[in-house]
Amino acid sequence: MANGAEAAIPPLLRIRDLRVEFETDAGSVPAVRGVDLDVHAGETVALVGESGCGKSVTALAVMRLMTGRVASGSIHFEGKDLASLAEPEMRRVRGAQIGMIFQEPMTSLNPVFKIGRQIEEVLVLHQKLSGAAARTQALDLLTRVGIPSPEQRAEQYPHELSGGMKQRVLIAIAIACKPKLLIADEPTTALDVTIQAQIMALLKSLKDELNMAVLLITHDLGVVAHFAERVDVMYAGKLVEHGSVRDIFKRPAHPYTRALLGALPDPLKPAKRLEAIPGRVPSPAMLPPGCAFCARCKHAFEPCQAEQPPLLPITAPHVAACWLHDPKRATTSV
Amino acid sequence: MTTPPASTSRAEELGAAETPFQQVWRSLRKDRLAMAGLYVLLGLIALALVGKLLTEWWVVFDPATVRLPDKLRPPMSHASAALAADQVPPFGTYFFGTDELGRNVFARMLQGSFVSLSVGIVAVSISLSVGILIGGLAGFYGKRKFGFVSVDALLMRVTDVALCFPTFFLILTVVALLPPSIYNIMIVIGMTSWMGTARFVRAEFLSLRERDFVTAAQALGLPEWRIIFRHMVPNAMAPVLVSATIDVAYAILTESALSFLGFGVRPPFATWGNILADGRGYIFDAPWLFAIPGTAILLVVLAFNLVGEGLRDAMNPRLRKRAS
Repeated sequence: MANGAEAAIPPLLRIRDLRVEFETDAGSVPAVRGVDLDVHAGETVALVGESGCGKSVTALAVMRLMTGRVASGSIHFEGKDLASLAEPEMRRVRGAQIGMIFQEPMTSLNPVFKIGRQIEEVLVLHQKLSGAAARTQALDLLTRVGIPSPEQRAEQYPHELSGGMKQRVLIAIAIACKPKLLIADEPTTALDVTIQAQIMALLKSLKDELNMAVLLITHDLGVVAHFAERVDVMYAGKLVEHGSVRDIFKRPAHPYTRALLGALPDPLKPAKRLEAIPGRVPSPAMLPPGCAFCARCKHAFEPCQAEQPPLLPITAPHVAACWLHDPKRATTSV
Repeated sequence: MTTPPASTSRAEELGAAETPFQQVWRSLRKDRLAMAGLYVLLGLIALALVGKLLTEWWVVFDPATVRLPDKLRPPMSHASAALAADQVPPFGTYFFGTDELGRNVFARMLQGSFVSLSVGIVAVSISLSVGILIGGLAGFYGKRKFGFVSVDALLMRVTDVALCFPTFFLILTVVALLPPSIYNIMIVIGMTSWMGTARFVRAEFLSLRERDFVTAAQALGLPEWRIIFRHMVPNAMAPVLVSATIDVAYAILTESALSFLGFGVRPPFATWGNILADGRGYIFDAPWLFAIPGTAILLVVLAFNLVGEGLRDAMNPRLRKRAS
């Protein structure tokens, strides 16, 4: 991807032409179709899209935890290709160098162990701490993620904690080994709105404190605006737009991004009716030959049906995969 | 280190923590039959340990002492004066009578209770280990291919084959070939009763494998053996423990049957099964010889079954009554 923002320092995470396929009885179905993605050290990148567009699969592919198969492409993390790393080495990356937070805090903790022990486990595993040192550090982590009376909490089971508390514990586990990259897969989707704001504020402060990079996967554009520096928009397994937060929110170039923003309530204009995007995400098994969004797109014209648009430059590093931005094809600028 | 900007709401108070074990115990305590069974079992464990000590170390309790003048005495009868000092039973009384060689049935029952209990517990430990290993591997690595069959299909078909054998006759054959020893019996019973556990564990693992906390554990870089045995097995234990409790009863019954048929523990050493076998020739002359071990086997098997049923109800959250 020619986004021009590549400085002399190579990015922390560099995904190139990632393709993930799932084997089904009807043959292999592509879930991710050639995604390029960079995350630089210390920055926050948001990966946005509707349910089923492949954003979680992309995240799980980085961790090599999905049931699908990486068909092609490379995932470089600090120069190592994670896609071809041996499993024991991959285990040393997981949890220690890349932390991950999941969507469902209610079910992501082991119900039969006290939460203190679950935090200590990862410390003992990756940092080779002794039991007492791990306990001290676990209590410190619980304090850091804003859990009051950590000594008592560490002795509790997950079912005794609320959803927000559990997400804090999961964050504590994810940051326990001070990872360089934190993948947050819809960290606030399952939580109350008030708790969502608290969790995002916590993630932001921890990110600054530990100088982590964050790959934030979400469909909540409100969260993106407050938290991310760069945004990648995915649709049907492909990146459709990439740019800074400012580019995406002020000058969305792809009709899909515009439609997503149109579906967001604007507190300053309460009377406006929200625009739903008509139709549905096409099934990955039956993708059209052209642009995957064209059936739902208001601006679709002839080339959209026939050919997939490449990522076309708007104003570097802002790019969008839409024929409207091809000066040779588009008749009218939108 | 900075203080986090957001703190959790005060809505959740630090209530008195109740562990899952405490919840099960609270529920189990309301089940009178299960509690009765549990008391019987605790009594039996105490009796077996005390009995082991007494019969090993105290000569008047020696279950092998032959007193020909006192043969086939009924329960609670007194020892005759003709015996040597080290042959007189404790308190000069045969609590459970004597058999056709004048051996003290009370002492023999004590010795047998330890045999029965240890066979039951060791055999079930063996079957649990094998069952958890096979069921866990089949459930966790199920989709992985091993040649042209999946690991799951391979291990579960092996389990099905093992289930096809008529277990008791298999045990009889093996025991007939091996030297008669209590350890061989434990191993043979254990190795022929793991199939139920394997199926339970596999079924639990199939659903546990898709749970988020397993993915989360993998995302932390935990090794697979640790995820299987430290994270998933404890979550799969509830139905396994219930069936294990009932399996102990089955193992005790199997050992008694083997000893009754003479394939079990070597004769001078007493077990409930061979006491029963010795008594079957004197059913009308000395009915206590079969009634006492028979009742003991009945009580213990019943107690294990009652505790097992009680545990199943207590561990089932749908049946568990909430504390009012």
